[in-house]
Amino acid sequence: MQRGLLAGADLDSYVEERVITTKFDKAVAWARGNAMWPATFGLACCAIEMMSMVSARYDSARYGAEVFRASPRQADMLILSGRVSIKMVPVIRRIYDQMLEPKWVIAMGACSSSGGMFANYAVVQGADKFLPVDIYIPGCPPRPEALMYGVLKLRNKILGDPDLGWRDEYRAHGTEEDERASKPGGIPVERAGTAPSDGRLVGEAEPTPEQLASEAGLLDEAERAVSERAAVVGAQRAEHDEWEGRDA
Amino acid sequence: MATPTDDRIADTTRTMEELGRDAIARTEAEVIGTSPIERTALDREQELLTINMGPHHPATHGVLRLLVSLEGEVVRDLKPVMGYVHTGIEKSCEQKSYWKVIPFVERMDYLSYYFNAEAFCGAVEKMLELEIPRRAKWLRTLHLELNRISSHLVGLGTTALDLGAISMFWYCFRERDKILDIMEMSSGQRMHTRYFQVGGVIEDIPLGFERKLRAFTAEMPDRIDQYAALLDRNEIFLQRTKDVGIVPRERLLELGVTGPLLRAAGEPWDLRKVEDYLAYRELEFDIPVGTVGDNYDRYKVRLQEMRESVKIISQCLDGLPEGPWIADDRKVVLPPRDELSVSMEALISHFKLVTEGFRVPPGEVYYPIESPRGELGCFVVADGSAKPVRVHFREPSFVNLQSLRDMCMDQYVADLICNLAMLDPILGGIDR
Amino acid sequence: MPDAPGLELIAAEINARHPDAVLGTTYDHGQAALIIGPSSVRDTLLHLKEAPGQEYDFLASLHAADYLPRTPRFAVHYELLNMARVERLRVKCVIEDPGEERLPETESVTDIFPTAEFQEREAYDFFGIVFRGHPDLRRILMPEDYIGWPQRRDFPVGGDPVIFTNTEDEVPGWTR
Repeated sequence: MQRGLLAGADLDSYVEERVITTKFDKAVAWARGNAMWPATFGLACCAIEMMSMVSARYDSARYGAEVFRASPRQADMLILSGRVSIKMVPVIRRIYDQMLEPKWVIAMGACSSSGGMFANYAVVQGADKFLPVDIYIPGCPPRPEALMYGVLKLRNKILGDPDLGWRDEYRAHGTEEDERASKPGGIPVERAGTAPSDGRLVGEAEPTPEQLASEAGLLDEAERAVSERAAVVGAQRAEHDEWEGRDA
Repeated sequence: MATPTDDRIADTTRTMEELGRDAIARTEAEVIGTSPIERTALDREQELLTINMGPHHPATHGVLRLLVSLEGEVVRDLKPVMGYVHTGIEKSCEQKSYWKVIPFVERMDYLSYYFNAEAFCGAVEKMLELEIPRRAKWLRTLHLELNRISSHLVGLGTTALDLGAISMFWYCFRERDKILDIMEMSSGQRMHTRYFQVGGVIEDIPLGFERKLRAFTAEMPDRIDQYAALLDRNEIFLQRTKDVGIVPRERLLELGVTGPLLRAAGEPWDLRKVEDYLAYRELEFDIPVGTVGDNYDRYKVRLQEMRESVKIISQCLDGLPEGPWIADDRKVVLPPRDELSVSMEALISHFKLVTEGFRVPPGEVYYPIESPRGELGCFVVADGSAKPVRVHFREPSFVNLQSLRDMCMDQYVADLICNLAMLDPILGGIDR
Repeated sequence: MPDAPGLELIAAEINARHPDAVLGTTYDHGQAALIIGPSSVRDTLLHLKEAPGQEYDFLASLHAADYLPRTPRFAVHYELLNMARVERLRVKCVIEDPGEERLPETESVTDIFPTAEFQEREAYDFFGIVFRGHPDLRRILMPEDYIGWPQRRDFPVGGDPVIFTNTEDEVPGWTR
C-alpha cells in the first residue's frame, strides 16, 4: 500500500477494516485467555479424562490449553484432577505458591470440589479448603467435554475481568507473593480491577476528592437499598412463618 | 637461633609435607583411570546424592514419590514413598451396604474399573453361593477384556510419552476413546461404569452394541500392528528398552510380582487360564510369555495381550448365550422395574434392597482375578449384616512396586524412568 | 484348594512338627484356612513353604482385619499359593487385643517371603500391628507423623458432616 494511494474517507475505512483498537487490559486478557497453560497435575481418575481432553478427539489445543508444563513456574492453570488426600495437601499448596500470577485453579471432578463420595479421614473435603478455586467442574469423572466447558468458562472469566478480588473472596492471604506485595515498598503486584486508576483512560487525571465522595455516596445509596430490601424480605418471611405457625 | 616459633614452623612444614605426600600416595593408589567416574566407582560411598522425584513429577505416572540415591547418574538406592492419593476406600466401604461398595471399589485402580468391580462382586457372590447366569458371565468377560485393552493402551501410551514418542500417546488415546464409546453404549458412563452388580450385570447390551463392537474388533488388530510398526524396530526405543530393567524370574516370584511383568520374565502364569472364573475356560486364547524379562519384553507382552483380548472379545460376541443378564434371586438383585407397578412383593424387595441392602451370611472369602497389572484379589469379611466388616484389595501395583528397586539398582537414572513406566503402576491402586 | 480332609492332614502335620501351632481349621466356600497364634507364624509358614508335600512358595497377599467386638480382635491373613498344583491356602494368625497403650505383635516373615515387606508396613499403618523383625516398619500410606490406626473399627470414619438445606439457619444465597 503506497502512500497517497488512498486518501480521506477511503483511507479511513481501509484502516478501520484492518486495525482493532481496544484497551490494553482487554488485549492482555485476550492473550491470557487464549494461552492458558495447565500444570501437569493429575492425581487420580480425573487425570485420565484430562489426558483424554488433550488427546485428538476433544483437542484442547484449539483453545491454547494443550501445552502441559511440568514446571509450575511456567504454568498458569492448575487443574486439580482427582481426590486430594491429606498427605498431598502441602505438596499442592507448595506447587500453587510456586506458580506465578496470574494463575487460576480448576477443581475438576467431585472429589476436588467437595470431597466427592469419599467423606472420610483421608480425603480433604474440597480443594477450596486450602486453595482459591475459580471453576468447579462436577462429575465423577467429568467427561472431557465437561472439562472443556469448564476451561472455556474460565476463559470467559479471564476475558471479562482477570482479577475479581479472589484473594479477598477466599481469604487467600498469607501466600508468599501476597506478603511480599503487601509489605511497604514490596514488589508491586498487578491488581487489575482494584487500583484506583482502573477504569480510566491513559492520560486522564487522578480522581478528585469530589469524584471519590460521589462514588462513596453511590456506595452508601447502594447499601441503603440493600438493607431496605433485606428489611422487606424479613417482613415477608415473618409473615409467612406466622401463617405457617397458624396452621400447625 | 632456635626460637620456639621457628621450631613450630619447621614442625608444621614437615607435617604438611608428610600430609601432602600421604595424600598423593593415597590418590595414586586408588586411581586407575583419569575420569572422575572411574575414581568414584572404586569407593561406592564417596559421593551419594539423594534426590527427590515427585510426587509432582511428569514421569511418575501418578503421585509417587521416589527417594533416589545417585552416584553420578547411577542409581544406588531407591525408596518409594506412597500415600499421596490415599483415599481410605477400604474404610469407607465398611460404612456402605454391599451394593453401594461397588462404586467405591471401582475407583481404586482407576484404569481397570471393571476388574475392581468383578473382584468384589465375585467375592460377594461366592459368599452368597449365588450362581450368575451364563449370559452375565459372557458379558462380564467381554467388558473385562475391553477394559484390559483400554488399560494397556494408556500404559503403552504414557510409556512412550515418557520415552519421547508422543505420537504413540495420541494414537493410543484415539483407540481408547473408541473403547470408551462402546462402554458408554452398554452402561451410560465412560469410566467407573458401575456396570457389574452382584448377580450379573445391571443391564443387557443395547441394539447396535454388537455392530459397533464388531467394527472395533475388525480394525483393532490393524491398529496394534501400526503401534508395533511405530515402536518395534525403532532404534531409540530399542536402545532405551532392550536389556534394561531385568529382574530374574525367581526374584520376581519372591517379591510377589504377577501379571505382564512376571510373564515377560518367562513364567507362564495367568489367572485366566489357571482359575476357573467367568467364561475363560470356554474361550480360546493364548498367554504371551517373554524370554529375557527386560522392558522390551514387557512392551511386547502387553502388545500381544491386546491382540489376544481382541480375539476373546470376538469369541464372546460369537458365542454370547441368550438368557437373563442378572440372577433371579430377589433377595439380592433388584426386580425389573416393570414389575414394580404390578407386584407387591417386588416393591417390598426393591424397597428393602435399596434402603437396607441384602445381608450376607458370615464368612470370609478371598477372590483373585487377573487384572491388566497382575493378580487382583478381593478379601471380604461378612458378619451377617448388610454392610461388610472388612474389604481389602490385594492390588497388583502395590506389590509390583517392590520390584522397582531391584529393577533400577546400578542402572542409570534415565533407565529408572523407563522401568517405572513399564512397571505400569496405578497410584490409585497402590494407595487405595 | 486343598479339600477339607487334606486341610486336616496339613494341620496335623504342622502340629506334629510344632506342637499346638495350629489352633483350628476352617473350610468356607471351598477355601481352606488354618488358624494359628502369633508365636507360630514363622514356623507354620516356613513349613508350608519348604515341606516336600506342601511347597506353598508364593505369598499372594498379606492383610489384616479387625473383628471388633469379636475376640480375638485382630487377625493377619496370609494367602499362600502353590503355583504348580494351583492350590491356595489361607493362614489366619489371630492376635488378641493387648489393651490400651500396647500394640498387638506378631512375627515378620520378610525373610521368608520378601513380598511381605510393603504389606506388613500397610498392616502396621492401618491396624497398629507390630511385626517383629521387619527391616523398616513405618507408616506407608498415611503421613509419617499421623496418630491413630485408621482402619481399626473404633477409629472414626471422619469427613465433614453433610449440610442439608433444611439444617441451615438462613436461606442460602443461591436460592434467591
